Amino acid sequence: MTKQIHLAAHFPGVNNTTVWSDPESGSQIDFASFRHLAETAERGTFDFFFLAEGLRLREVKGRIHDLDVVGRPESLTVLSALAAVTTHLGLAATVNSTFNEPYELAKRLATLDHLSGGRAAWNVVTSWDAFTGENFRRGGFLDKADRYVRAQESLRIVRKLWNSWTADDLVLAQQAGVFAREGAGAFADEGPHFDVRGRFGLPPSPQGHPVVIQAGDSDQGREFAAESAEVIFSRHGSFEAGQTFYKDVKARLARYGRAEESLKIMPAVTVVVADNDAEAEEKARHIREQQVSGPTAIVLAELLWGRDLSAYDPDGPLPSEDPVVGSGVTQGRVGFNDPGPIVAEWRAQAEANGWSLRETVINQQNRQTFVGSAATVAEAMNRHVQEDAADGFVLVPHLTPGGLDPFVDQVVPLLRERGVFRSSYAGTTLRDHLGLTR
Amino acid sequence: MSRRLITALDIDGAGGHPAAWRGSEIDPAAILSGELAVRAVQRAEAAGVDLATFADALEAPADVPERVGARLDAIGLAARIAPVTDRIGLVPTLTVTHTEPFHLQASVATLDHISSGRAGWLVDVSSSEEAAAVIGRREPAPAAETWREARYVVDVSRRLWDSWEDDAIIRDAATGRFVDRERIHYVDFESPSFAIKGPSIVPRPPQGHPLTVVRVASEEALQAVGEADVVLLPGTADLADRLAAVRAAGSKPRVLISVSVLLDGNTANAVRRADGAEQLDHIGGVERLADLIAEWSQAGVDGIHLRPASLELDVPVIASKLLPLLRERRLAGPAVGRAVTLRTRLGLRHPANRYAVGGRQ
Repeated sequence: MTKQIHLAAHFPGVNNTTVWSDPESGSQIDFASFRHLAETAERGTFDFFFLAEGLRLREVKGRIHDLDVVGRPESLTVLSALAAVTTHLGLAATVNSTFNEPYELAKRLATLDHLSGGRAAWNVVTSWDAFTGENFRRGGFLDKADRYVRAQESLRIVRKLWNSWTADDLVLAQQAGVFAREGAGAFADEGPHFDVRGRFGLPPSPQGHPVVIQAGDSDQGREFAAESAEVIFSRHGSFEAGQTFYKDVKARLARYGRAEESLKIMPAVTVVVADNDAEAEEKARHIREQQVSGPTAIVLAELLWGRDLSAYDPDGPLPSEDPVVGSGVTQGRVGFNDPGPIVAEWRAQAEANGWSLRETVINQQNRQTFVGSAATVAEAMNRHVQEDAADGFVLVPHLTPGGLDPFVDQVVPLLRERGVFRSSYAGTTLRDHLGLTR
Repeated sequence: MSRRLITALDIDGAGGHPAAWRGSEIDPAAILSGELAVRAVQRAEAAGVDLATFADALEAPADVPERVGARLDAIGLAARIAPVTDRIGLVPTLTVTHTEPFHLQASVATLDHISSGRAGWLVDVSSSEEAAAVIGRREPAPAAETWREARYVVDVSRRLWDSWEDDAIIRDAATGRFVDRERIHYVDFESPSFAIKGPSIVPRPPQGHPLTVVRVASEEALQAVGEADVVLLPGTADLADRLAAVRAAGSKPRVLISVSVLLDGNTANAVRRADGAEQLDHIGGVERLADLIAEWSQAGVDGIHLRPASLELDVPVIASKLLPLLRERRLAGPAVGRAVTLRTRLGLRHPANRYAVGGRQ
């Protein structure tokens, strides 16, 4: 059976994928930018719009990282505003489960779900490091090993709150004077991390409750997703890695009595489209050069090596030292647990091609996922989905706010022609778009 | 000439009257979709009301089947309304006792960004058993302690709003730097109950500091007056004494008397509608209310915060009758026709950034 593709639009983030030096690059904070991208995604009948979260500005060598976009708004507030200017598009918020309490999460997300008529999603992320914790009351209070335990308990309680009203509890009988059934919203829960009880103040939304997204990649993260998530925002965009990940995660579902369709796997991908394949390659190369300036190449190499490499010339050879793990040279972003093999690969490629450090970073780290004419891109994306490397994609544009426009104008029509992507929304809720049950 | 009064409207469910949701003019589902609030705020904006507050509490409304037993998160609702309004101030209630201060300030800063400088927050505290139990993080604390902590929360929020200088984003392609990190600052804040390193994740809000509003309904709340841009004084009793207490406690906040109103010139209708309401500060026509407002103005308040019994019945009367009457009597200024920040609208200055080196801003 032909699978239908699911698409999401990721607002450009604070890593070097986002090109801010281009004349077309707009504000990362003005509401007009969010509105533009959301309206583009809705024009393209995308499933949802996705916002990441920041809890502390990134640092390199103890100073605020200044080479990439810095600063962003708080996601639930932006998405509540976008609910006013969109009608069908799903609205996904990344919100940390470590530094929020379940009741607060449940209330804010359910509010977004009501305000949008059933279009909200929660991307559950965790954090454990003391670096982020310095902005919060409890500091870095969690062991790394405990972060999913807390996340799982938090999600379980959030869902309990969302389900604390049955579908019949909201009565709204004006004449009789019954707003809600007595007892609606009552809850109590106790576990290793939480001890909560009381009443939850929001009934089910038109989609029941928000969709749950998960983005972790570790074995624990995958297991968490298999048990609890409805969408995985994965990092495995390439065909082979995508298939391996897809098979691994979907195989875990049976353990929890879940059908394969109940969890959609959507890797983050980048797309460069042009009139023909050669032009697209050229454009992609230009974008990669924009993404990796000399200073950025050094910082990305420092992230991999775990060492201060500021003495190196980005246009010279690769560092000769061996990488180290867990040095904390860069803070506030995901590092490498096993950098050795990657460094070896970089060295081999640099030697074979005569690349400088910067050229190596450009070629090894920032290769876009789909590059080509609209027909080439549509063909490749469809193959990924039909051959189970993905159920869909989270598109990460390199430009704010117009980076998605070429894809929606040129590729989406071809996906529609192939009958693998909707031409209009059949339903009104995000669960409708994703084919998920309530 | 009397001075121009600030006018504010409270949004709470279908209105302050417990039975407001039961009126035939109301679609109760519109409370949860936000449509009822959208319509009321748009009506108020068109009539020239300066700002809308949004009621909230951490805990859910009490489980009383005949009352509105559901409530949207106030800042979400205010954000939903921001894109469909362009002049009115938006001031959601945020309970600062349990939620992380870092999140609170980021949300309020974000509301200020998406509304182009029309945001504020009505800072509230909670001593209730219910709120403590739904969060489960700590025991309920006495009011004096929660208000003392609220002062610290407002203080650190302002510091975090200042942690980015207005011109921190430089986009300097020549050096490859997006920001000038010399213009982004750690706040290194410590209070008895929490510490925050900073800087904020959100660039400085358009107003510098979104408006801080405090409702003074108790002796303990007077502690926070020193941090307030605007104070709400609920009820009409002992107005002069309470006003004096606020003036003694605070630097120079604008003080708004906060009154529950049910507006109907037909006495029989008004009395019928008032049935079942908790005590209302004014029941009746707009003429009498305008007289009272003139008296309060004489007593020294800077404005009025109206809590309508019904959004659908009373807001249209406030918009079409009360505001024009206040203007006629020169109690209210002309409706502001153009989009300005809430601070500008209320005549409050743009705060200097405490971290900026002299001369840079």
